[in-house]
Amino acid sequence: MFRTIKNMVGGLLGWTESRSGVITFVQPILTHRVPRDAKWWYVFGSASLMFFSIQVVTGILLATMYVPSAAEAYASLEYIDQQVPFGWMLRALHAWSSNAMILMVLIHMSQVFLHASFKFPRELMWMVGVLLLFCTLALAFTGQIMRWDQDAYWGLGIGAAIVDRVPVLGNQIRNVMLGGPYIGGATLSRFFALHVFVLPGLTIGLIGAHMALILKNGISEMPKPGMVVDPKTYVAEYEERIKKTGVAFMPDAAQRDMVFCGLMLIIVGFLAWYLGPVGPNGIPNPTIIDANPRPDYAFLWIFTAMALMPPQIETAVLLIAPPIVVLFLLGLPLISNRGERAPSRRPGAVVVYVLIATALGTLTWLGVVSAWSPVMDAWTSLPTPVKYLVGRTPLEMQGALVIQHSQCRNCHSLGGEGGLRGPNLDNVGSRKSWDQLVRQVQQGGGNMPAYGKNLSSAETTAVVAFMTTLRNAGAPESTIPGAMERQSSPDQAPKAVASEAGK
Amino acid sequence: MSCDCSNTPSSQPPQTPPPSARRGFMLKFGIGLMGIGGAIASIPIIGYAITPALKKYKNSWIDLGGIADFPEGETRLGKFTNPNAAPTDGASAEQAVWVRSYKPAQFQVFAVNCAHLGCPVKWFQQSKLFMCPCHGGVYYEDGSHASGPPPRGLFEYKCKIVDGRLLIDAGRLPGLEQSV
Repeated sequence: MFRTIKNMVGGLLGWTESRSGVITFVQPILTHRVPRDAKWWYVFGSASLMFFSIQVVTGILLATMYVPSAAEAYASLEYIDQQVPFGWMLRALHAWSSNAMILMVLIHMSQVFLHASFKFPRELMWMVGVLLLFCTLALAFTGQIMRWDQDAYWGLGIGAAIVDRVPVLGNQIRNVMLGGPYIGGATLSRFFALHVFVLPGLTIGLIGAHMALILKNGISEMPKPGMVVDPKTYVAEYEERIKKTGVAFMPDAAQRDMVFCGLMLIIVGFLAWYLGPVGPNGIPNPTIIDANPRPDYAFLWIFTAMALMPPQIETAVLLIAPPIVVLFLLGLPLISNRGERAPSRRPGAVVVYVLIATALGTLTWLGVVSAWSPVMDAWTSLPTPVKYLVGRTPLEMQGALVIQHSQCRNCHSLGGEGGLRGPNLDNVGSRKSWDQLVRQVQQGGGNMPAYGKNLSSAETTAVVAFMTTLRNAGAPESTIPGAMERQSSPDQAPKAVASEAGK
Repeated sequence: MSCDCSNTPSSQPPQTPPPSARRGFMLKFGIGLMGIGGAIASIPIIGYAITPALKKYKNSWIDLGGIADFPEGETRLGKFTNPNAAPTDGASAEQAVWVRSYKPAQFQVFAVNCAHLGCPVKWFQQSKLFMCPCHGGVYYEDGSHASGPPPRGLFEYKCKIVDGRLLIDAGRLPGLEQSV
C-alpha cells in the first residue's frame, strides 16, 4: 500500500518534472553556494521578503471586504473590525507586519551599507534595493490613506500642500495626485489603485530582479579588514573561495533565515493580537476640525522636520532635498565601488551612517512628542494646580483664570501639564520681571503671538500678577511693580528679553 | 528524444528561406504598426491619467447661510457641500470655512486649512487666535500670521451678500500655488 502511494507520488513528480523542468530550474537556486561566514547578519533580507508575503496574503483578504469608496471605506473597516470573524486581527497583522517590513528593510539596508556589500559587482543589487525601499515606503504611505480616517484625510492635505509648492506646475501635479481639485472619492480610488495594483506589482518585479542578481553575483562575504575589492580580480577570487569554502543556501543558510523569520512572525503575530488594528481614527469629515492629524511612524521624521525647519528655507528644502537623497542613494555604489569593505577601514561611512540614523531616530522621537503642537484642549481639560492658587490675592487668582481661559496652557505647561511649545510657567516669576512679563504678553515674540489686542489691560495686569507668584521653592521673590530689577539674577537682566525674543 | 513521431513531415519543406529583404520589411512594418497602435491606445491612457491637470475646475458661489447666522464680533464655522463633489465622496464632500463678522454685514471667510501644510486650524474665541494642531501655526482673528511656520496668513475666500445670504466662491482645496 505504502509502496503504491510512493510509486504514484514518484510518478507524478517525474511526470511534472519531465513536462515542466521545475526541479531542474529550482534546484540550483535552492542549493546555490553562499559564503560560509554569511551568518546571522544575512537574515534581514529574507525577513523583509517574508513580511512582504504576509502583506500580499493579508492584503488580498482585506480587499475582499474593504470597499474603496470614500463614502463607504470607513464603515467597511469598522465592519471588518467588529463583525467579520478574525477581521480585526487580519487588519492588525497587515498593519504591524507593514511596520515590521519597514524595520527589516532598514536593518537590511544598514547591514549592506556598513559592510559595503554594494561594491563591485553588486552595484545594481543596491540600486534595485533602493527602489525597493521607496516602494516599501510608498506602500506604507498609500496604505495609511486606505484607512480613510482623519489622519488619512489631513495627511493627504499635507501631501497636497507640499506638492503645491512646486513652481509653475504645482497645482496641476496636485490635481493629478488628488484626482481633482480637492480630496474626495477620486483621491481614495487612485491611491487604492496604487496601493493594490501598481506598487505591489512593481515591488514583486523588483524583488524578482533583486533575487536574480543574488544568483548572478552571489551573496557577499563578511567583510575582513585588508580584503579589498578590486573589480579586475574580484569575481575570479570570489568564485574560487565560494567553490572551496561555500555552503549550499538550502539548508545551511536557509535554516538560519527560517529560525529568524519564524521568531519575527511570532512576535508580529503577538503584537497584532495584543495591540490590535491601527485606526481608523475619526470619520474623514473635513468639517470636524477637532482633528489632530499625525502620520504613521515611518513618516514622523518628515512631520518633525516640517515643524523645526526655518520657514524661509522650507520650500527650497522640500523641492531640492528629495532628488538629492534619491540620487545619493542610487548613485552610492557608483561613487564607491572598490577598496575596503570592513567598517573599521571606512570610518567616514560609519560616521555618515551614525549621523543619518541618529538624525532620523531623533526626528522620529521628537515627532512622537511633537512639542511644537499646541495641546488644543489643554485650557478646558487641565486644572490649575491647587498649590499655585493657595494664598494668592484676588488679582492673582483672576490672573490664573485668565491664563486658563485665554488658552495660554495650550502652549505653556503648569505643574507638568499643558503644551510644550512655549516655556513652562512653573518658575516664570523668577525668570522674568514684571515689566518683562507685560512686554512679552502684550507684544509676543519668540514665537508667541501678541496678546496686546486680545487682553484688556486689567486682564494683562492680572495675568502678570499671577505669573510673578510662580516661583520654585527658594527662588527669589517676584519683583513688584516699579521695583528695581535684581542685579544678582542674570536671567532678569534686560538682555534676557532680547535673547528670548530672538529665538 | 527517441520517439518516432508520426507527424514528422516525411517530405522536407522547401529549403529556400524567405528573402532577407522581405524579413527586414516585415520587422519594420510590425514595429511601425505597433507604434501606430500604441499611439492610438495611449491617447485615452495618458488623457485619462492626466485629466485632473488639464481640466479647469470651476468655483461656484456657495450659500453659507443667512447673515444672521454669523453675528457681529464672532467667528463661526460655516459648512457647505463641495460644488465639485462626486456621488462617491461621502463625508469628504463636506467642507468647512471660518466666517468672521467684524462689522455689521462685513465678513471675512477663511479656509480651515493652515497655510503651512493644510491641517485644520481651530478658532479660539477667548484668545482670538486660530491655532493649528500640526506644526503650531497661529493666526490672529483677521487671519494674519501670528507665529509658527506658516509663510503667510490664512487663505481667504471671496464673499458677497445676496438677499441677506452669505455666499463664497469655493470648490478647490486652497494651496499656496493657487489660493482658493
